[in-house]
Amino acid sequence: MMTDLAIPAAAQPARKARAASRDPEAVGRRSLWNMLFVAPFLLVFAALVLLPVALGAWLSFQDYDMLSGYHGAVGWKNYVELWNDRIFIRSVRNTVWFVCLTTPAFVIVGLFLALALNNAWRTSAVLRSVFFGSSILSVTIVTLIWRLVYMQDRGLIANLLAPLGIPAPAFITSEALALPGIAIVTGWWIIGLPMMLFLAALQQIPRELYEAAALDNAARWRTLVSVTLPAIRRTIVLVAVLEVVLQFQLFGQAHLITGGGPNNASRPIVMFIYEAGFRDWALGYAAAASQVLFVLMMGAALLQMWLGRTKAEG
Amino acid sequence: MAFGASARLDFGDRVILGLVTALAILWLAPIIWVIGLSFKPNEVLMRDTRGIFSAPFTLKNYTDIIASSQVFGWMLNSVIVALGQTMLTLALSTLAGYGFARTDFPGKRILFAIVLVGLAVPEQAIIVPLHTMFAAADLHNTYAGLIAPRLAFPFGVFLMTQYFRGVPREIEEAAMLDNASRLKIFLKVILPLTIPAQATLGIYTFLHAWNEYFWPLVSATKPEMYTLTIGLAAMQTNFAQTEGIGFLMAQAVFAGLPVFILYLFFQRHIINAVSGRVG
Repeated sequence: MMTDLAIPAAAQPARKARAASRDPEAVGRRSLWNMLFVAPFLLVFAALVLLPVALGAWLSFQDYDMLSGYHGAVGWKNYVELWNDRIFIRSVRNTVWFVCLTTPAFVIVGLFLALALNNAWRTSAVLRSVFFGSSILSVTIVTLIWRLVYMQDRGLIANLLAPLGIPAPAFITSEALALPGIAIVTGWWIIGLPMMLFLAALQQIPRELYEAAALDNAARWRTLVSVTLPAIRRTIVLVAVLEVVLQFQLFGQAHLITGGGPNNASRPIVMFIYEAGFRDWALGYAAAASQVLFVLMMGAALLQMWLGRTKAEG
Repeated sequence: MAFGASARLDFGDRVILGLVTALAILWLAPIIWVIGLSFKPNEVLMRDTRGIFSAPFTLKNYTDIIASSQVFGWMLNSVIVALGQTMLTLALSTLAGYGFARTDFPGKRILFAIVLVGLAVPEQAIIVPLHTMFAAADLHNTYAGLIAPRLAFPFGVFLMTQYFRGVPREIEEAAMLDNASRLKIFLKVILPLTIPAQATLGIYTFLHAWNEYFWPLVSATKPEMYTLTIGLAAMQTNFAQTEGIGFLMAQAVFAGLPVFILYLFFQRHIINAVSGRVG
């Protein structure tokens, strides 16, 4: 009743009009004319997202090559070939390994930074800007910087390790270190995103929860485990899912730092798609690889959401 | 209580703050080193990259950039593409966000659900058919071709719909009683309220457009249509062979400068946008 009284009397008829429409959020009558607001975006969306999604699914079942032309539908042939393509399988393994290297590390480091910097001190504000700042750079600048940092003879790491008599790790030229090297660059680049998402979540925690813990004289660690982490559980799942989806799309860093090498050790799926589609111009084949990437990403994201849910219930 | 929000520093807080500060210095080291290198003569860097704080220094790497016409052309391309994408995204998203949040029309729920599903479609999954479509329309190596694909990404619509849901209904209801037309209400009453949200979405879109890599890489194949990001990538392929490290790093610094200035002025908006908040 209070809310009714608070609305100016003049607005009452409009409220009735709203009650007549089906959407409680909407203002005014339900009308086809209102579609004009959403129509421009929907047209662009249909043409540049929905159509390519459908076209991509169709292409993946065609023998279509920019060089030799269109040779009709081939059923699952492209997918069977992918399954037998050593380089593609390697790229799937590389991508999954990269996601495993990055996601848990980014969640933990991002959470640690957010916890440490979630306060009103001036220093913390500066430090937040530092950690977030690198994520506004483009991938080309980031890789340019890090190719120099990783240089074996004159790189920053080599310079720092030289006085200790340790040679610099071969992040670019060693099969075992190529992907971890790219993971480090990626972490340096985008750690600001998980940090900011965690900070936003931490600020939503009601202060009373901490006051209760303070009264109990709970130690820092116990407060973290019993108050903070449960309160931001949903954000932890969200950040993990987001990172899996983002890191599955690894491309620019690998393309520019290692070129997929050495010996395919750092070639991710997206780079495989790029090479199949835009270097070899095998469009059907590249489209099939895109579908595999999409399914893998969705699968991994759904699996994580499911894991996050059972943990909460158990 | 570093993990809480109190203002007093105890011993644990100091340890954590010291640790994070050390990490921050590590974070900044590559950038400072690279900026230092960009002021060093290429001949010196051929042998040694250690003494970045000692002479000789030079501005030659930067004057070389200014002398080379290409980089300015690329920067102009980036400005045109990023601004075009930003303006069009704002227009489309604001209209659609208002439509979805505040008007009612047949099929609204289903259409909004489809748009939300579109959030999950990664660019990489559709880039091959998209490239084929743009080739058929002869749009590669044009500004329109560089700008268009990102306009379809639903993030802006999602953000603006959220924002409009937070605007009090009573404002429009009062205007409707005055028999103002729907479009007039939108332009005169609603639009001025959205300026903070427009700023956030606009800066976010601009940064994304400026830094975009994959689409310009496959769409802009002529060097005169390169964006700055792609131009820098092309330069990297002959890394350390012809141009010299100092020159390469000067380019990195030069290309990073516009976004760095944006970041200095609009940090709050950028952070809001990435954490999904508007205003």
